[in-house]
Amino acid sequence: MATRERPLSPHLQVYRWQITMVMSILHRASGVGLTLGAFGLAWWLLAMAQGGEAAGRAMHIVGSPIGMLLLFGFSLALVYHLLNGIRHLMWDAGRGYDIPEVYKSGYTVGALTVVFTVLIWVLALGVV
Amino acid sequence: MRNDLRTPLGRARGLGSGKTGTEHFWIQRVTAIALALLVPWLIGMLVSMAGADADTARETLARPWNAILLAAFSIAMFWHAKLGIQVVIEDYVHTRASEIALHLLNTFLCTLGAIASVYAITRIALTA
Repeated sequence: MATRERPLSPHLQVYRWQITMVMSILHRASGVGLTLGAFGLAWWLLAMAQGGEAAGRAMHIVGSPIGMLLLFGFSLALVYHLLNGIRHLMWDAGRGYDIPEVYKSGYTVGALTVVFTVLIWVLALGVV
Repeated sequence: MRNDLRTPLGRARGLGSGKTGTEHFWIQRVTAIALALLVPWLIGMLVSMAGADADTARETLARPWNAILLAAFSIAMFWHAKLGIQVVIEDYVHTRASEIALHLLNTFLCTLGAIASVYAITRIALTA
């Protein structure tokens, strides 16, 4: 394809950062990350299906510091993408388009992401 | 080149959506709703497996409803991921040959991921 020097949109370098664009970018980024996580889940299931040593090794990797770090990232991305996805479904239903509402739902998603992710790990690690 | 005097818009108008105009949008939403319902269950099951040994984890995965819902989740997840990554490729890859190659890779890998997951779940369910 012939490339001509034409301006591309959106012009990220001249935008003032705002929560709406940050959440949109994070939704896509978390989606790409979760796709990698989906293959991680498939790898783990295949190892568990083999049983014996392979399953033991998979459980060991999942419980290792690097495994736990990846799992934490996966859980954070999953909770965020799910909550922001519900925000998108609400828009699809034609609701919540007024700018103050868009901001409110954005901050709500951000806060609930932190709450739910912390809750998951408190339960998983048996902290309480 | 053009042997009629109509504009490109004029020629496209009235031809409809090419029959699949809303298919991508719609299936993305249908799988999103399926995943929104399944994710809380998935997180609950995974959290309940924290710190378990491989045999216990396999027994949990092998329970009928766990195996059935996990297979449903895996299919919905890889389908949803395929649709999402497709849009990312369409947005950012502007060389036609690379774009087609990546679309094929995306479709093949996500399909394989879903089949591998269902295979692994079935094997666990029948052997654990």
